[in-house]
Amino acid sequence: MGSYIVRRLMQAVPILIGITLLTFFIMQLAPGNPMQTMINPKIPLSEMQKVQEELGFNKPVVYQYFNWLKEILQGNLGYTIKTGQPVTQLIGERLPATLLLTCTAFLLSFVIGIPLGVFSALHRNKTPDYVLTVVSLVGISIPSFFFGLGLIFLFALKLGWFPTSGMKTIGKDLTGMALFIDYARHIILPASVLALPTVAVVMRFTRSSLLEVFSLDFIRTAHAKGLSKRVVIFKHALRNALIPVITIFGLSIPFLFGGAYITEHIFNWPGMGSLGISAIVGREYPVIMALNLFTSILVLAGNLIADISYAWADPRIRYS
Amino acid sequence: MNQNAELASNTAVPEPFSPLKKDSIVAEAWKRFKKNRLAMIGAIILCLLVLAALFAPLISPHDPYTSVKNQTGMLNVMAPPSGEHWLGTDSLGRDIISRLIYGGRISLSVALVAVAISTSIGILLGLLAGYYGKWVDTLIMRITDIVICFPVLFLVISVSTMLTPSIYNVMIIIGLVSWTTMTRLVRGEVLRIREMEYVEAVRALGQNNLVIVFKHVLPNIMAPITVQATLQTAEAILTESALSFLGVGVQQPIPSWGNMLQDATSIMVLQFKPWIWAPPGIAILLTILSINLVGDGLRDALDPKTKH
Repeated sequence: MGSYIVRRLMQAVPILIGITLLTFFIMQLAPGNPMQTMINPKIPLSEMQKVQEELGFNKPVVYQYFNWLKEILQGNLGYTIKTGQPVTQLIGERLPATLLLTCTAFLLSFVIGIPLGVFSALHRNKTPDYVLTVVSLVGISIPSFFFGLGLIFLFALKLGWFPTSGMKTIGKDLTGMALFIDYARHIILPASVLALPTVAVVMRFTRSSLLEVFSLDFIRTAHAKGLSKRVVIFKHALRNALIPVITIFGLSIPFLFGGAYITEHIFNWPGMGSLGISAIVGREYPVIMALNLFTSILVLAGNLIADISYAWADPRIRYS
Repeated sequence: MNQNAELASNTAVPEPFSPLKKDSIVAEAWKRFKKNRLAMIGAIILCLLVLAALFAPLISPHDPYTSVKNQTGMLNVMAPPSGEHWLGTDSLGRDIISRLIYGGRISLSVALVAVAISTSIGILLGLLAGYYGKWVDTLIMRITDIVICFPVLFLVISVSTMLTPSIYNVMIIIGLVSWTTMTRLVRGEVLRIREMEYVEAVRALGQNNLVIVFKHVLPNIMAPITVQATLQTAEAILTESALSFLGVGVQQPIPSWGNMLQDATSIMVLQFKPWIWAPPGIAILLTILSINLVGDGLRDALDPKTKH
């Protein structure tokens, strides 16, 4: 196991370097000199020349790339064009909200998706299975912004059950349970929007994986030795069927973070997604690029964790 | 007697001169596809949508770009559905059903061009990686690993904010960033086909690599490629509509299903004028749903072995 983890980590290094290269390359497409945004605009003009010199403004792009990398590693993601705020600070402020939203959606996907998949597999080719199949297809096909607007229209504007936007009620000093309920009421709609496609995918995946396990010999053996149907399904079949579902962990991470852009925008959720949208509107290239870099590294880390947990759950993987 | 039965059950003996034999793969796939009710529904809806897009100037009741005035001479803004405007008018007084039809034209063509680009890149890279192996494979797969780390929507959004937004840029950007799945798929298939005896035979005959790859390998992996390209089209429509909804895709006044939904970001429109935002949303949903149905149907029809 240890050697497997080390091997996977070693493989991630060139990808990480590639991510920074690609980000730097896209940055070069932006109008103006992208390196200028790496300099704190608050430093006196007299020193500007010197700092520009240090960052290699008159040197080749390759040289600039290494200086940029050095700045990134020191935690400097640049400064916003209009207000001169450090981007690292902006992202730091927004990160908790996005993590709260994506983690909730993540949990929802598996808590809802797996039982529905099991249910669908147990009723294979009967009406409930067909209904769930169509529902999951609609779930994959519906654009998140349309689904989000629909939910706001129905549950917030018409029925008034949930608030239309934001993360908490502004101006109210809530504590303890009341605060938790307030958060929960705000998160339920955006988390549902974010989770819907993943729920559908997890469900389909669980279903087909379970059906595949059902056809294996050891299940027949378990039946033959007289175990009850419930023990066979939940203790023998499901445990094995859920191993490949782990891959969805990794696959759903870029999906959730990508989806957060639109979902946060629609629900005015104060996370990285709405930060990104306002950066797009205001053409704040340093923010956009920092978000890109940050998210792709998160995705890489997520994939690594998924791979390692897959290998942990299924020892056959480690040796192939 | 016994011998006769054995002969009859021997499938290795080819049936002589069957007229259907030549295109039997396509014909058989079509036979299986026809039996799949959901896929057929999807195919019919998709055909209707494509026809509507093709004949947009003939069937749309109004011009999608002109704002209509009402009797008092004012702009007929946000009018509810009526006999004159079946789906009402938008915030600038333009006929929604006409914009919907023209919007379909834009959305579908953006998606098709984008998929054509991404599929070509994906096939080319996948063939190279799978057939040549060694460092070519390593290089291409590492690049794929890198690009796959960026959520497609993120990447498309960041590149499109750097360039001037236009339909052509949207097509090219979506095409240039969404080739990763196809590359991985084609590479996997080529690795499988490459080891087959017939490929070895062609190689032994002295054919050059180009001929082997394009004439002998590629035709044999067209089935999964077709399915993937179909599903990719749905993905491209989703990406384009999201981009246009956010204002970095297809720009006003050109209608696209995504930018028609922009008005709904105002709570007033969202709550009281559902005819403005519901039709384009339903159009996107319907299109993507039917493409996904057709894609699933194609997968089952082209490769009956993998059917669960």
